[in-house]
Amino acid sequence: MPYSPHTEADRRRMLDAIGIASLDQLFSIIDPSLRRFAFDVPPMLPELDLQRHLGKLAAKNLDATTHPIFLGAGSYFHYIPAAVPALASRGEFSTSYTPYQPEVSQGTLQAMYEFQSMVCALMGLDVANASVYDGATALAEATTMARNITGRDSIAVPTTLHPHYRSVLDAYGVPLITLDVNLRERPSLDPGVVAGKLTDDVAALVVPSPNVLGVLEDWSALAEVAHQRGALLIAAANPVALGILAGPGACGADIAVAEGQPLGIPPAFGGPALGLMATRTRHLRHLPGRIVGAALDAAGRPGYVLTLRAREQDIRRERAASNICTNQSLIALQAAIYMSLLGKEGLPDIARVCAQRAHYAARRIAALPRYGVGADPFFHEFVVRCPIPAEEVARRVLNKGMVSGLPLGRWYPELERSLLVCVTEVHTREDIDDLVAALGDVG
Amino acid sequence: MAPTDRRYTKEHEWARLDGQTVTIGITDFAQQQLGDVVYVELPKIGDTLTAMRPFGVVESVKAASDLFSPIGGEVIEVNAALDGAPELVNQDPYDQGWIIKARPSDPAEIDTLLTAEQYDTLTEGEQQH
Repeated sequence: MPYSPHTEADRRRMLDAIGIASLDQLFSIIDPSLRRFAFDVPPMLPELDLQRHLGKLAAKNLDATTHPIFLGAGSYFHYIPAAVPALASRGEFSTSYTPYQPEVSQGTLQAMYEFQSMVCALMGLDVANASVYDGATALAEATTMARNITGRDSIAVPTTLHPHYRSVLDAYGVPLITLDVNLRERPSLDPGVVAGKLTDDVAALVVPSPNVLGVLEDWSALAEVAHQRGALLIAAANPVALGILAGPGACGADIAVAEGQPLGIPPAFGGPALGLMATRTRHLRHLPGRIVGAALDAAGRPGYVLTLRAREQDIRRERAASNICTNQSLIALQAAIYMSLLGKEGLPDIARVCAQRAHYAARRIAALPRYGVGADPFFHEFVVRCPIPAEEVARRVLNKGMVSGLPLGRWYPELERSLLVCVTEVHTREDIDDLVAALGDVG
Repeated sequence: MAPTDRRYTKEHEWARLDGQTVTIGITDFAQQQLGDVVYVELPKIGDTLTAMRPFGVVESVKAASDLFSPIGGEVIEVNAALDGAPELVNQDPYDQGWIIKARPSDPAEIDTLLTAEQYDTLTEGEQQH
């Protein structure tokens, strides 16, 4: 996007129009302590020089297209077909991405309708909204749904929930009951143990699968336990894994959420992300956010409308189902284009390749002297037990031009020697062999 | 004219006492103002009602409006027919379109509500706006 600053003459005209002498005078109403803008920026450069300067700065970064990055932990590298950004950036979509007069933008609404239909197919559930901000927000909104549906107050979450998700739940003020999981020995939920923790006050049990350590959970058994206790099951999924795994709906989940970033969205500096949310028809009126419905116009022609608006804050004020009111339209569009390009066969193919390469990597690493890999079922991410602190392993492998994964001690002190490694279809066998060799060298 | 066998609120609910049971619904005036009712969010049996506090929501194609309880008490029955046929509220607001039945904590409280005559005067005033 070109940067078009105001000229001195532009500023003069604007100041004259409102009758003040200077920009400082405009901001004088703000407390001086809040007005200290001391930016350490060098003097102006010609555009060409500036491009070169920024290029040099950018070259200091490790680039995922030239250096293998085995980092996942919630944001994942997948190949994004060129058609995804090409179509999503078309003006017809990007200029009307957030429809304030929605029915005028039939193309946008149709794309959102298709997106919702694909999310339903992926999750194996009846209804989906047009997306929310990110996976963590989707989870927080799902907990609100569960509390409204059941009339109960608290939400049971395992310590294997991604800590960033947990902090979003805390920010929402959700009353949480923590289910302790033995992260070193058995990093998954035991339905029998969970049953004992679900008191009459628990509205829902949250089960991320894969969990933050990459381990797959038994949604079906846990849904049964939750339902026996009168609680709902909220499944937090990885959308790519759903290409080959049974969906939350088939496993008895009442609400499913996921971070949609793996579906054609680059893992940029933490965003933009995409929250997927789906549920069963009987909970439709508790589902927050925008929902696009198919309808017939006065002449009987098919079209699309924003529907069930009365749940939302702009109509129902303080008694609304949520304060979301909007969606990640442009990002959801990208995901819809990605999913339609891959199709029913493509997504399972990607998922299979991810799983095969990740399992190949895990086998090779487990065979290294002094390294270990857990026996728990996983999709494309797994914990490597290192002979020395994982921070040290990561630092040494980085010196060899690779990002080996996430040292888990940053989130869990007891996992100081554990490294979370993710392998997807972007990693070649050569990349994996290089990682294995590098780990062997540094350990 | 509003039926004289029951009492009314300013929020356009009606309440009819039969023995120890109060039946609650919305008035004909309310259903006309709302337009086609598409959904009624009902409370649960056993829920506590507080006078002039919301106990449910009636959603039409135009708006979602809170239902205010005319009296304090406890919900003993909800009109399950509204789940599949919310249009009953439009078609027959005073009979088949009833919303909940409750056990009042103080049956005398119903006498503090508007009479049919007072309610008609109120709605005549509102219609003129």
